Amino acid sequence: MEIIVEYFPLLLKGAWLTVQLTVTSAVIALVISFVIGLSRLSRHWWVRALATIYLEFFRGTSALVQMFFMFYVLPLLGVTLSPFLAGVIACGFNLGSYGSEVVRGAIQSIGKGQREAAHSLNYTTYQRYRYVLIPQAIPMMIPPFGNLLIELMKLTAVTSLITLSDLTFVAQIIRGQTAMTLEPFLIILVMYFAIASVLVGFTDWVASSIAKRRGMVPVKVN
Amino acid sequence: MQIYTIPFARLHAWQPSQRSRTLTDTANIIEFRDVHKSFGSLKVLNDLNLEVAPGEKLALIGPSGSGKTTILRILMTLETLSAGRVIVDGDYLWHEEKDGKLVDASEAHLHKMRNEIGMVFQHFNLFPHLNALQNVEQPQILVRKTSKVEAREKAMELLGMVGLSDKATHFPHQLSGGQQQRVAIARSLAMDPKIMLFDEVTSALDPELVDEVLNVLRQLASDSDTTMLTVTHEMNFAREFADRVLFFDKGQIVEAGKPEDIFTHPREPRTRSFLSKFISVS
Repeated sequence: MEIIVEYFPLLLKGAWLTVQLTVTSAVIALVISFVIGLSRLSRHWWVRALATIYLEFFRGTSALVQMFFMFYVLPLLGVTLSPFLAGVIACGFNLGSYGSEVVRGAIQSIGKGQREAAHSLNYTTYQRYRYVLIPQAIPMMIPPFGNLLIELMKLTAVTSLITLSDLTFVAQIIRGQTAMTLEPFLIILVMYFAIASVLVGFTDWVASSIAKRRGMVPVKVN
Repeated sequence: MQIYTIPFARLHAWQPSQRSRTLTDTANIIEFRDVHKSFGSLKVLNDLNLEVAPGEKLALIGPSGSGKTTILRILMTLETLSAGRVIVDGDYLWHEEKDGKLVDASEAHLHKMRNEIGMVFQHFNLFPHLNALQNVEQPQILVRKTSKVEAREKAMELLGMVGLSDKATHFPHQLSGGQQQRVAIARSLAMDPKIMLFDEVTSALDPELVDEVLNVLRQLASDSDTTMLTVTHEMNFAREFADRVLFFDKGQIVEAGKPEDIFTHPREPRTRSFLSKFISVS
């Protein structure tokens, strides 16, 4: 027990790093989701083609290998990334590819009537997306984004393999130093679960605050 | 004595080309010249010619699939032409002149032309994420570049005109179909179009809500000098509303005339049989 207490600050530090990795890569993933998702709806074929290549590449290859590539291979090409940066870029790019499908699907699901109304009011393409389609699509994106956010948080565990001392890494250290196996892993399972619960609460809060602003009954996310 | 004869076929061919002159100067606010429209192998409009005077109120009636809605959608630039010319307020709608040649209209040209035209849809198509007031304000601010203060003032005035001042902060899902449609009318009017298109605006409404929308249209028709085209299945309404009624069938105007003529003494058998489903015709 004392051992756990002794290592608790280290575990907290690991949890904090996991949170930082999650938030940073979530921001990257969100930006990519919109950029790639909207590009897939472009009227220019080459924009759609580039976005599709991105999507299929990052969705179709392992996040772990992508991260190793960024951390171990890019330096050989003269680009050195810090472990943190390599980790969040790999996680963000990977989940961003899934997120882009969420963005595209939500926007495409909006009825023809809305596009025609915007068209007849003479909105430009930009205005149609910015003021009509995206605001209506966002509430639909939130539940799948919530799922992806939790996926992303769990994915950050792979960064322990490139020397980042996140939760998983800390558990390995404790195991190595104390020969205890059950306790550290049980503890980090609970900690991952606690972080996930906070993320679920956050997603619910976003969904319900949007619904409230639009005078609607909140949609339950999970 | 010499007799000049023109072969009938040539005479026939000569007439449409006269009509499809390239000049756009006309007193009419809308002209369809030899317009064809097909969806794949389906012919929706077949050599349509139509002239509408400024301020005229037109009712388009006819069986479904007869092409009446397509006319509105072509005017709103939601549907392209297969052939022919459409002139709106002295300018080609779907074409523009470039280096003395008539070419397909650019998006910039269409954008300019759309400013003249407003449309109200069967299913209202209000923006569900905006309340009634914002629905009427936003297009003015974004498209007309009206100041927020002026846009709000005008929106409130128009919501008052359609009898919905007290519903300004309601969202579409909190309004009845009739109320939503009245907001949609206000939203279109806020853009000050010269031409208003009403596409079966009461077809999706419960019967008891139809009148509140038609009353707004009746009032509009009598108060404003906006040109209005309405596609409707409400024959009694068409009769009061319209200066001229067009009966469509199979992509062509079968019969056109004053409402009292069309509704009381339809000349064409097809008109008569269509109308007999709605009203008793002599």
